[in-house]
Amino acid sequence: MPRILGVDIPGEKRVDISLRYIYGIGPVNAREILERSGIDPSVRAKNLTESQLSQIVNAIQDGKYVVEGDLRRELGMNLKRLQGIKSYRGNRHIRSLPVRGQRTQTNARSRKGPRKTVGVQRNPNAKTGIH
Amino acid sequence: MGRSLKKGPFVEPSLLDRIEKARVAKTKTPIKTWSRRSTITPEFVGLTFNVHNGKVFNPVFVTENMVGHKLGEFSFTRTFKKHGAHTAKAEAK
Repeated sequence: MPRILGVDIPGEKRVDISLRYIYGIGPVNAREILERSGIDPSVRAKNLTESQLSQIVNAIQDGKYVVEGDLRRELGMNLKRLQGIKSYRGNRHIRSLPVRGQRTQTNARSRKGPRKTVGVQRNPNAKTGIH
Repeated sequence: MGRSLKKGPFVEPSLLDRIEKARVAKTKTPIKTWSRRSTITPEFVGLTFNVHNGKVFNPVFVTENMVGHKLGEFSFTRTFKKHGAHTAKAEAK
């Protein structure tokens, strides 16, 4: 199990697939990186030599790919900015509701999470029948 | 779809005039506006706007981070309703 960029340990797969276990690297970036470092994508990740590994690391760092912690931080900063300026979008993120104007009467379950049943809480001051 | 770069950001022309005046006069009095659709440009920074939300005018103090957003994004048009107990605090609203 080779290590690339500290924590990432892609497994017994082809390099082009195992590179995608790095946060911020998808199919396209993985192929590009291998092309830059001149490595055959069909090689198993465990069969890579030390020099090939460092070639990959160099390709990632020189290629201006934002990856792992930096990428996570960048995304977090974007959210923080929207929330800090009290914009509508920031507000939707705080409330974890859909941000781009989708309906919320139904659906929107990815953002809202599992359904929560809300019971009726009677107003103790209200007289029965009038409320 | 985004707006064409060729046209530049949209700002209500009448609002631009008033910003110009406020900047020359260095007044900090809020500018009352209905123009929620105006993009915030760097000239807006440091001014306060009273932005209409369909009912009332909400004060919006423009900071550098807000550049590129629209004025309407900072003056909410809906009140967020929540279920909950009838506590004194909730009833007061």
